Amino acid sequence: MATLAEQAVPSVIEVRDLVTYYGTQKILDQVSLDVADGEIMVIMGGSGSGKSTLLRYLLGLHLPDAGSVRLFGRDISGLSGREWMELRRKMGVSFQGGALFNSMTVGENVRMPLREHTRLDENTMRIMSRMKLEVVNLAGYENLMPAQLSGGMVKRAALARALVMDPRLLFFDEPSAGLDPVVAADLDNLILRIRDAMQVSIVVVTHELESAFKIADRITVLDRGRILMTGSVEEVRNSDNQRVRNLLSRTSEDVPVNAEEYMQRLTEGAD
Amino acid sequence: MAFPVEEKQGFSVVMLDGEVDLNRSPDARKVILTCLKKMKHVMVDLSAVEYIDSSGVASLVEGFQYARSNNLEFGLIGVSESAMSVLRLARLDQVFRIYVSLDERLAHGS
Repeated sequence: MATLAEQAVPSVIEVRDLVTYYGTQKILDQVSLDVADGEIMVIMGGSGSGKSTLLRYLLGLHLPDAGSVRLFGRDISGLSGREWMELRRKMGVSFQGGALFNSMTVGENVRMPLREHTRLDENTMRIMSRMKLEVVNLAGYENLMPAQLSGGMVKRAALARALVMDPRLLFFDEPSAGLDPVVAADLDNLILRIRDAMQVSIVVVTHELESAFKIADRITVLDRGRILMTGSVEEVRNSDNQRVRNLLSRTSEDVPVNAEEYMQRLTEGAD
Repeated sequence: MAFPVEEKQGFSVVMLDGEVDLNRSPDARKVILTCLKKMKHVMVDLSAVEYIDSSGVASLVEGFQYARSNNLEFGLIGVSESAMSVLRLARLDQVFRIYVSLDERLAHGS
């Protein structure tokens, strides 16, 4: 069966030849990626692979040093503040740690994007936030503070907040991290249910293989700032690329040492 | 643009259309609540709705709540599959009275 990307579905994300640096260190190198409308794209890689950096660029938190990032057909480098805010309304983000405001109740946290971006009636906002809490199975937790929630509940509350504006594009940073397997599996099912009901495109950054294989339409494997491959779950599972296989079998790989660079790092600034 | 209302068989039928989103749901809410405040039974016709978001669904919930508090009838007709999937996600398909058409509702009697 043809994947969504193979069918003529418009892309909501188009990344072309993205190059980024932190200081002088190159973090992403010639990264190109498309996410189709309604697709779940999982970006997978080990620690230091650049996947979290790529997410920050997709969210527009940084602008490319070279290459381009287009969201809904718009190059984010050329947007005015107002245009960016309009685009931002179509996007929801569920951060790894939840990023809930500890001084607000769960309900206030979920309603916050509505207060920021709309002028809806207070009653309408309350109903909308409660509907999203129902969707993530947190009905009745509206008046609790984030500190009173378990790890899985914090993730679901963050998801409710990410969904409250009915985004067309949803980002998850490590949704399963720190959760027990049953709670993680529930969250995966919820992600699939939301995609099907809301026809939203979803980008998930994760290093959890089981979760990636369960929810992905396609997977992009990043390694040391470069894309090793992008393909269907089966294509990634059956890849004969040794680095992909190492990632799947959780085998670490010795990075070859460049003697000159290594000595430079150790001795730089020393007398 | 406001949404039209037709008076049929003892019901005010509110005709929603197009995209009922953050921009248009306040109008939908206003029309629905105005009918109910005149103590009319209301059917909301969703057959011409291409997309309804949570703010649109919240307007329906507010209408339903007002009707219940005032012993009025409130129902939905012509719910498209895409609108139904939004209602199902929040399990509201089990809350609203949903009919294929006004005729189906009338066939149920009073």
